[in-house]
Amino acid sequence: MLPLACHRVVNRHDLNLATGGATSVSMYTTELQKTAKIENLEDSKLLEEFEARVAADDFIEPKDWMPEAYRRTLTRQISQHAHSEIVGMLPEGNWITRAPSLRRKAILLAKVQDEAGHGLYLYCAAETLGTSREQMIEALHSGKAKYSTIFNYPTLTWADIGAIGWLVDGAAIMNQVPLQRTSYGPYARAMVRVCKEESFHQRQGYEIMIALANGTAEQKRMAQDALNRWWWPSLMMFGPPDADSPNTAQSMRWRIKRETNDELRQKFVDITVPQAEFLGLTVPDSDLRWNDEKGGYDFGEVDWEEFYAVVRGEGPVAKERMKARRDAWDNGAWVREAAQAHEAKRRQRKAA
Amino acid sequence: MSSDWPLWEVFVRAKGGLAHRHVGSVHAPDAELALRHARDTYTRRLEGVSLWVVPSAEIVASDPDEAGELFEPAESKIYRHPTFYDIPDEVKHI
Repeated sequence: MLPLACHRVVNRHDLNLATGGATSVSMYTTELQKTAKIENLEDSKLLEEFEARVAADDFIEPKDWMPEAYRRTLTRQISQHAHSEIVGMLPEGNWITRAPSLRRKAILLAKVQDEAGHGLYLYCAAETLGTSREQMIEALHSGKAKYSTIFNYPTLTWADIGAIGWLVDGAAIMNQVPLQRTSYGPYARAMVRVCKEESFHQRQGYEIMIALANGTAEQKRMAQDALNRWWWPSLMMFGPPDADSPNTAQSMRWRIKRETNDELRQKFVDITVPQAEFLGLTVPDSDLRWNDEKGGYDFGEVDWEEFYAVVRGEGPVAKERMKARRDAWDNGAWVREAAQAHEAKRRQRKAA
Repeated sequence: MSSDWPLWEVFVRAKGGLAHRHVGSVHAPDAELALRHARDTYTRRLEGVSLWVVPSAEIVASDPDEAGELFEPAESKIYRHPTFYDIPDEVKHI
């Protein structure tokens, strides 16, 4: 059988990408409506076989039988991940024309192009579950679908580009590495490609931070300011505490999620704090302390009120981001239509 | 009805001597743009020396629900494998 990344059965299930209230949110995939329950109507034998395959770390492919809740949860998770990659181009795109050197500009262009590529891999993976690209994009533009809260913060200075690469891409890698072993084949394969490319993103960001931290007093202040503003939103990227993430257990069982929000957040703090120390910068958390006993850092409480406010669309630049996406879509409509018309004409000529 | 551009499956030959391998898919209005999109999407880092794009709708796939019956004969005919045969150790180069 051909391992189709995208198959043709589109619109088989008109999936609602995000209904219901926010109960659990994580990472690039703001997981809303996590009330996925297995339908009793489904064939219990098929379900049993499915659960056994997933438990054995087997991969599920597009045309394999799967519970509707699995399909729905994955569609939401992957499409939100894709939306995050696409919206994620905006904060950085903001600095392409103002990068401080040709080298930085070329690097930033390549990084932003990668983000577009990652969005495309992911949309394709999500499409294999039966929702069309157009439906997903409509869900984003109408505000029904979510994307990572992190991209609703503004990029005020050049140091923000450094901080995003270092912290935001660092957090993304932390989340994406385990997803290379996620149970859904097309998603896992997309994650393998993404992870291969993501390491450059983080390193170029950290390199910017090194340059600024070792620069003039003003540059160092700029680097510290960027760390101050991006630290907490980066920790929020892992989603709410495990206690408030009621469906983590099911997602873990289905291998859609491989580590819990709190586990990933802890890992991130543990590897990032020494990197901040190397830069001579201070992590903006007065509760941050090494805990010898647990072999990791203790750290302060994330402001979850702020997090949920951003999820609700109250982020500092949420409206601006959505307007930019909708404008890009609307302004590009004539190109999409012209390309289609051109191909239709060509076919007609060929047929004549 | 979706007004998405048609879907194309993308295959990349990593280097001469290797077969083209499926890497993913792209939407494109025609073959030429499908190739260009495939190039931008899947070969930004010297991943290949040759690209194929095939309309996804043209691909015929076997049914996973019938995988059992379809591939079962391969399992029962173990005499198709060289290790099935007992050859004395002193016989070389066989």
